[in-house]
Amino acid sequence: MADALALPAPAAMRRRGFGEAMAALSLAGPAMALMVLFLVGPLVVVVLLSATDYQLGARSLSYVGLANYAEMFADRVFRKSLENTLIYVAIVVPASVALGLGAALLIEAGTSLRAFYRAVYFLPVMATLIAMAIVWEFMLHPTLGLINLALREIGVEGYNWLQDRRTALFTLCGIGVWQSVGFNMVLFMAGLTAIPGELYEAAAVDGARTGLDRFRTVTWPMLGPVTLFVVVITAIRSFQVFDTVQVMTKGGPNRATEVLLYTMYSEGFSFFRTGYAAAVTVVFLVFVLALSLLKTWVLNRRVHYA
Amino acid sequence: MTTVALAPRVAEGARGRVTIRGLTKSFGATRVLRGVDLDIADGEFVTVLGPSGCGKSTLMRIIAGLERQDGGSVAIGGRAVDALRPDQRDIAMVFQSYALYPHLTVRDNIALPLRMRRLTFAQRLPLVGRLVPGVRPTERAIDEAVRRVAAVLQIEPLLARKPGQLSGGQKQRVAVGRAMVREPRVFLMDEPLSNLDAELRVHMRAEIAELHRALATTFIYVTHDQAEAMTMSDRVVVMMDGRPLQVAPPARIYDDPEDIRVARFVGSPRINVLPAAATGRGSLDMRGLELPFDADLAAGTAVQAAFRPGMATAVRGSDPSGLAGVLRHRENLGSDLFLHVALPGIEAPVVVRVDPTAVADFPVGEAVSVRVPPAHALVFDAAGARLRPRASAAMRRHG
Amino acid sequence: MRRPLGPVGAVLRHVVLMAGAAVMLAPFVWMVLTSFKPQAEILVAELRLLPTRWAAAENYATAMTRVPMLRFLVNGAVVTAAIFVLQVLVNLPCAYALAKLRFRGRGVMFAVVLLCLLIPHHVVAIPIYILFHQVGLLDSYAALVLPFAISVFGIFLMRQFFMTVPNDLIDAARIDGLGEFGIVWRIMLPTAVPAITAFGIFSVVAHWNDYFWPLIVVGSEELYTPPLGVAFFRLNDQGTEYGPLMAAATIVILPLVAAFLVAQRRFIEGITFTGMKN
Repeated sequence: MADALALPAPAAMRRRGFGEAMAALSLAGPAMALMVLFLVGPLVVVVLLSATDYQLGARSLSYVGLANYAEMFADRVFRKSLENTLIYVAIVVPASVALGLGAALLIEAGTSLRAFYRAVYFLPVMATLIAMAIVWEFMLHPTLGLINLALREIGVEGYNWLQDRRTALFTLCGIGVWQSVGFNMVLFMAGLTAIPGELYEAAAVDGARTGLDRFRTVTWPMLGPVTLFVVVITAIRSFQVFDTVQVMTKGGPNRATEVLLYTMYSEGFSFFRTGYAAAVTVVFLVFVLALSLLKTWVLNRRVHYA
Repeated sequence: MTTVALAPRVAEGARGRVTIRGLTKSFGATRVLRGVDLDIADGEFVTVLGPSGCGKSTLMRIIAGLERQDGGSVAIGGRAVDALRPDQRDIAMVFQSYALYPHLTVRDNIALPLRMRRLTFAQRLPLVGRLVPGVRPTERAIDEAVRRVAAVLQIEPLLARKPGQLSGGQKQRVAVGRAMVREPRVFLMDEPLSNLDAELRVHMRAEIAELHRALATTFIYVTHDQAEAMTMSDRVVVMMDGRPLQVAPPARIYDDPEDIRVARFVGSPRINVLPAAATGRGSLDMRGLELPFDADLAAGTAVQAAFRPGMATAVRGSDPSGLAGVLRHRENLGSDLFLHVALPGIEAPVVVRVDPTAVADFPVGEAVSVRVPPAHALVFDAAGARLRPRASAAMRRHG
Repeated sequence: MRRPLGPVGAVLRHVVLMAGAAVMLAPFVWMVLTSFKPQAEILVAELRLLPTRWAAAENYATAMTRVPMLRFLVNGAVVTAAIFVLQVLVNLPCAYALAKLRFRGRGVMFAVVLLCLLIPHHVVAIPIYILFHQVGLLDSYAALVLPFAISVFGIFLMRQFFMTVPNDLIDAARIDGLGEFGIVWRIMLPTAVPAITAFGIFSVVAHWNDYFWPLIVVGSEELYTPPLGVAFFRLNDQGTEYGPLMAAATIVILPLVAAFLVAQRRFIEGITFTGMKN
C-alpha cells in the first residue's frame, strides 16, 4: 500500500488548485467586470471621443484627429478656464494647507477646548457644499449679506463679490479655503500624533528651549512628508472645483470664474458638444493624473520614512 | 485536566495513522521539502523539530491540506487525502497565533467546526436558520459537546467572553478546545506555545502531554524549541533543509545523533566539535590527544569529534591528558557553571560544565585543561555523518 | 507641543482659535438665524443677529412643502445606503481575493486597481452618460447608484486591511469547514468592521454631498437628491425668499452634521484614515 501511496494524485490535486482559482474569480469577478464597465472602458472611450466630432444624440461621428484640441487651445474661453483653474489651485492650496497646519499646531498645543475647536474647524468638511454655497451666496449679497453689513459697521464699503470681475474668483477661492482647512487640519493632526514624544524630550535634552526650536528641530522635519502629501491631495481636490461655480456664478461674470470642470460640464451637457467636452476632460485628466502620480510617489517615499 | 470525560474512542488501530511518502514542495526556486517519508503510528506524539526555514511548517500545512505538495502523497488512517479539502481530512489544527475568530465568543469559537459540519447551509443562516426544522436538537448536542470540552480544559467561566478579553494562556486553551471538539483523527500543532511566557510554556507543556495521554489521538507537533520536543514526544523528527535527518525517541536524538547537524541543533549549550584525524591504528588524534576509536579509517582521514559540555571535565593548569587552553569566560547559572575555554587556533571556545561550587578554582585568564572521556566522544565524518566504532556498529546491526 | 504653554501663550491660543472658529461657524450661524427670520426682517439692510419675530415654523414649513423636500431626503438616504451596500457586496470579496488568495493574474488585477485609483470620477462622466443614454437608464435610481458600486478605493483600503489579518485565521476557518464565500462573509466581514466603518463614513459623506453626478443624470424632480433639491429650491423662487431657502439648506446639511456631532471622533478618524490612503 505504501508504494501505491508514493504515486501522487495529480488530477485530483490540480482540481483543487483550479478550485482556488475559481473561488478567486467568482469573488473578484463582479468587481472586475464593473471596473471595466465604469472605469477602464469609459477612460478609453473618453480619450477616443476627444478625437471625434461626436455630438450627443447624433447618429454618426467622424474622426477629426487633434481638431478639438486645436480649437480648444485657440479658444479664449478655454484658455481663461485653464488659467482660472490654475489660479484657484495656486491660491487655495497654500492658504488651506498653511491654515490647516496652523490650526492643527495651535489646537494640539493645549488641552482646553481641543475637541470643540476640532469639531468646529471640521464642520465645513461634512456640510453639503452645495447648501453651504447657497448660504455663502446669501452672505455675500451686496446689500443684505452678512459680509457687507459687517463691513459697513466698520465703515468699509464692500463689493458685489460674486458679480464683480475683480473679486468673483477670489471669493470662490475663499470659500474653497474655508471648506478645505478642516480636512487638512485632521491630516496634520494625524501626522502630529505619529511623532514620538521621546523626540521632543531628546530635543529638550539637546538644548531646544523655545517652542520655535522644537518646531524647527522636530515637528517640521517629521511633518515634512505629510505636508507634501497634503499639498498634493489639496491640489487634486482643488482642480475638481465645480459645485460653487455651478451654483453661484455659472462661470461668470464674463468668464471670470470659468473653470475646467465647469467648461467640460457646459460643453458636454448643455451644448452637447461631446467630442469637444471629451478633449477638455482629457486636459483635466492630464493635470489630475500628474498630481496623482506625484502623490503616489510621495506616499511611497513616506512609507520608506517610517 | 486529570479526568477526561470524552466519549471512549473505538480502537481501530489505524484511525490516526499518518503515512507520508516522497513529499516534495518548492516555492519558486526554493526547495522547501526535498522528499519526506514518515510513518506515524495511531496515537503517537511526534514532534517535528528544526530551525526556522527547515520546512517543518510547510510539512504540517501539507498534511492539513492548506498547502498543495508538488509530489508525493499523504495518507491519514490508510486513506490518501491528497485530493481532500482541509475540512474533509478529519484533522484539527492549533495555530501559533491561536487564530481565534475575534468577533465570536469562546463558546461560538469552539462550536464553529461542529456547526459547519452538522448544520446545513440553510440552518446556518443568521436568524432564519433558527426556524429550519432539526436545528434545535443539533444545536443542543453541539452545546453539550462544547460544554464537555470546556470542562476538560477548565475554561467554562470564559465561554461568554471574546478572544480580546483573554490572556495568552486562556486563548491557547480555547484554541485547543476548538481542535478537540471535533474529535479528529490527528491533532496538528504549529508552535502552539511560542507566544507564551516561559513559565506558562513549561506549564502548558505538561498539560498538552497529559491531554495526549488522555485522548490517545495522534499528535503532530511542530516546534523549533528542543525543550518542547524532548519533554513531550514519543518520537522526534529532526528536520533540516527540507529533509528529516533523524527520526527517533528524544533520548536517542540527544545521546546518539546520526548527523552532526542533529548533534549541533539539540542540546544546550551546544555540543563542542573539534577537528581530528584517524591515526590508522584504531584511534583518533584530537589536537595531540589520542582518542581510542576502532573503525576502518585510513591514517590521516579527517573526522570531527564532538562531546557535550556535560560529558567533559576541566582541571586547572595544564594537564597532559587533556586539551590545553585558557579560560575566557565563566557562566554561572547557579545550578551549573559553564567554562568557556579557548583552545589555540580554534575560533569557538570549548564549553565545559563543572560544579558551581568550584567557581573559585577557575579564575578567568588562567590555563585550563579539558578532559574528554573517550566513551562519550561522538565521531562524524567530514560530511557530518555519524561514524561508529566497529564493535558497536556490529551490535547495532544485530540489535 | 507636548509641553504646556505659558499663560500668555494659552490666552493667545484661544484668541486666535476663537477668531478662526468664528469664521468657520459664521455661515452655519447665519444660515440658522436667517432660517428663523421673517422675510421682512431679512430684507432690512442692517446687521441684526436675532429675529424680533420668530418665523421658524413658517420658513421650515415652506421649505418642506414648496418642493417635496422629504422626498429628496428619502432619495438621498436610499441612494447613499444603496451605494454603500453595493460597494461592500462588490468590493469586499474582491479585496479578500486580492489580499489572501493565490491565483494567476492577481498581480495584473491589482495593478489595474491601482491604475483606476488615479481616475477621478468626473473623467468617466461623459462615457457613462452615453452608456446610460443608450440603454435607457438615464434619470433613474440605477443611474445614481450603479457607477459607484465599484469603488477601487474601497478595494484598495480593504485589501490593505486584509493584508494585516493573519493567514492562520483563514487557515483555521478552512480547517473548520468554511468555504471561501463563508470566510468572506462570516470571518472577514466581522473582522473588518473598523475599516468598513471608516470607509462607510467616507462613502456616505461623499455621496450624500455629491452634486456633479446627480446633476448630470437626473432630470425629474422625484429623483432629486438633497443637493439637487436645495439648488432646485433656490432656482424655484429666484433666490429671493431667503428664510425658507436657509431653512432648506439647514435641512439638507442637518443629517450629516448631526451624525458628525454625535460621533465626532469616529467621523474624524474615518475621514482622516481614508484621506491618508486616498
